[in-house]
Amino acid sequence: MKGLRLIPQETNINFIGHRYFAYALSLTVIIGSLFLVFTKGLNFGIDFTGGTLIEIQVEEAPELSELRGRLNDLGLGEISLQEFGSPNDVLIRLPQQEGGPEEQSAAIETVRTSLNEKFGEGIEYRRTEFVGPQVGEELKTQAMYAVLFSLLGILIYIWFRFEWQFGVAAIIAVAHDVIGTLGLFALTGMTFDLSSVAAILMIAGYSINDTVVIFDRIRETLRKFKKKALPDILNRAINDTLARTIVTGLTTLLALIALWLFGGEVIRGFVDALIFGIIIGTHSSIFVAAPLLLYMNLRRSGNTEKETAPAS
Amino acid sequence: MVQIPRWKIIFILIVCVFGAAYSAPNVLGPGARDWVAQTLPGWAPSQTVNLGLDLQGGSHILLEVDVSSVLKERADDLVSSARPELRSARIGYKRIGRIENGMRVTLRDVAQAEEARRILREIDPNLDILTSDGGIIEARFNDAALEELQTQTINQSIEIVRRRVDETGTNEPVIQRQGDDRILVQLPGVDDPERIKELLGKTAKLGFHLVNMDVGSNLRAGGGNLVLPMLEDPAQTLALERRAMITGDMLVHAAFAPDQNGQPAVSFRLNSVGAKRFCDVSRESVGRLFAIVLDAQIISAPVIREAICGGSGQISGSFSVKEANDLALLLRAGALPAPLKILEERSVGPSLGADSVEAGKMAALIGLVLVLMYMMINYSLFGVFASIAMVVNLTLIFAILSGLQATLTLPGIAGIVLTVGMSVDANVLIFERIREEIAKGKSAIASVDSGFKMALGTIIDSNLTTLIASIILFSFGTGPIKGFAVTLGIGIVTSFFTALMVTRLLAVLWLKNKKGGELPV
Repeated sequence: MKGLRLIPQETNINFIGHRYFAYALSLTVIIGSLFLVFTKGLNFGIDFTGGTLIEIQVEEAPELSELRGRLNDLGLGEISLQEFGSPNDVLIRLPQQEGGPEEQSAAIETVRTSLNEKFGEGIEYRRTEFVGPQVGEELKTQAMYAVLFSLLGILIYIWFRFEWQFGVAAIIAVAHDVIGTLGLFALTGMTFDLSSVAAILMIAGYSINDTVVIFDRIRETLRKFKKKALPDILNRAINDTLARTIVTGLTTLLALIALWLFGGEVIRGFVDALIFGIIIGTHSSIFVAAPLLLYMNLRRSGNTEKETAPAS
Repeated sequence: MVQIPRWKIIFILIVCVFGAAYSAPNVLGPGARDWVAQTLPGWAPSQTVNLGLDLQGGSHILLEVDVSSVLKERADDLVSSARPELRSARIGYKRIGRIENGMRVTLRDVAQAEEARRILREIDPNLDILTSDGGIIEARFNDAALEELQTQTINQSIEIVRRRVDETGTNEPVIQRQGDDRILVQLPGVDDPERIKELLGKTAKLGFHLVNMDVGSNLRAGGGNLVLPMLEDPAQTLALERRAMITGDMLVHAAFAPDQNGQPAVSFRLNSVGAKRFCDVSRESVGRLFAIVLDAQIISAPVIREAICGGSGQISGSFSVKEANDLALLLRAGALPAPLKILEERSVGPSLGADSVEAGKMAALIGLVLVLMYMMINYSLFGVFASIAMVVNLTLIFAILSGLQATLTLPGIAGIVLTVGMSVDANVLIFERIREEIAKGKSAIASVDSGFKMALGTIIDSNLTTLIASIILFSFGTGPIKGFAVTLGIGIVTSFFTALMVTRLLAVLWLKNKKGGELPV
């Protein structure tokens, strides 16, 4: 009994020939994302801005606008309310209060008192998070370092295993995905917090992984067909790995869809970003990383190059 | 060629057995776990996965110790000990006062500088003393002393925090130093940490000071006087002697007890030094007021009617029952050397934690079923092999999490679910290679063999890149990033093993028993 073949064994799609369409798409995404990130900006969560977040669950779904008015009358600054998963769950965000931690605690108490008055017994505090401005700044720096160092680590590995041209192409492809995902955050106004950073790193990891598989095959094909033109080699390698690219993308998406549907509201934003990232990461491996090698002046002779472990 | 050495088969089986044993406690009920822990020998695994506070509910509080306030105190002490010493050595000074990390004195006679330096060094040998023109001497605590002070302050603070938290009856709190001047407090099961925050927010520095009656209405701070507000009415102040006759560290016991009017109050007992002191001072000061001061506020100021020599007493103010209880607790636990500031707080209620665990289980299970179904449809019998490998993989992940007692958080669950999706990648790579080899016309055995071999390089490359990322994330990341990196990293290592070893073992065993024919891939 044979397994189902979603992608035919022998595909011969001219990816490289159609690369300009892909470039146009990628450029639009990149420029649009950068524009959005710099004009609209990211909606930073309290992890980075500091402030207080309270998640409540109430028995009777509240009128949000009324509740918003009630809380904003407390004189604690601009308090934002947001339905969280169901009409009975509300996420309340308090801005950073002037003064020290006592003022923060006092503000939380004031909000709680007001909510208790309104809902009586029928309210449950699901989550309270307070991040001081100092910690917010530190988390920002730490997150930046974590991103920077892990990308650096991956790149050093690629540079070590492949010729430098591959490394450069891989960096550009990953940058493409990271910028695109930041653009998604700016466009949708999704909260950008520590989990979003984890999501972005995960996307970078997936994208690199996808790129490495194709690069491995390109290297192998280059060795096998010394005389073939580079665009044909790239096409051959992408086509040969196409089934794997699609199948792995699909299984990962299946797992993510399960997470999105059943994983709960707390990680839904994280999953949204990942789903987008898997798609853009797959796109960039095929249409950004591989075609970029065309412009990198790859050396074809083989014997003077850094010799790497043969794949067979 | 398509042979697996016997030692390798044994190794694979041993790993699988260990995985099953170490992950088993997680699926057993608490009753069965207790039975295992009691009946089986001690080395039998009985630990379950350690759930993070976001999954079991609880509070995470990050505190900062205000070391600079202790430093100020120490500098003040230095000034007040230097003053009489200089005076008795007949060294005149124009000005004396505290500066950052030390003190400065401006001498009247420059010629006495050397003598003054000697005196300062005698008071505290750990001073860096600098003399400049015009008879100005600056004495600062040296680096070793500063570091010592910092460590001491933090360690003492941690001790007091632990005592206070223990007094509230919290189960298995985690209290540890973080960085230079921070304390991390984790309170599992506490979803409303208001009371604990209140308790930690007080320094609880207690002192009994005599009230200076002669100052009268002309209250002026400075000199030997300390002007402090009353707790009940901060507009009202009293001038107190700066030196406390009794301090909080002289208490040996404090407990809630109603006073003679039935009002909530706190009774205390003094140690022998304190008792003698209280006795002596009160005998000399009958008729005067003494103030009971807590954190720079006067709780009450009763009159000394007679010498108090029993070594015990009572603090009454207008307390509520809770306030009196908390005060007793704080006095029992002792004073913090420095005020604490809350930098970060994250509290999750038990219901949200339980919901998250349920949601995580559900998502993982459904994700697993979807992926396995897809693999079996796509790769037929080899898909079944990959599925078995995947189940072994998940077992190993839980075994390692339980064995290392790593903390599983919600982003960690996401990491596991994602691992389920991504870890089939290795098998996908292998199976696609096998298909290619078959298409080239190779025999079944040769195809399987070269499929595994040729995919290996790529699998190592792709797994290593992700592993590097997760290790770096783990070392630099915080909170959710770290939780995610843990399961992702473990998942990569285990899936590398299962995809290559377990799947291969199954494929080879199958090939051995069925010679020839079409490969079910």
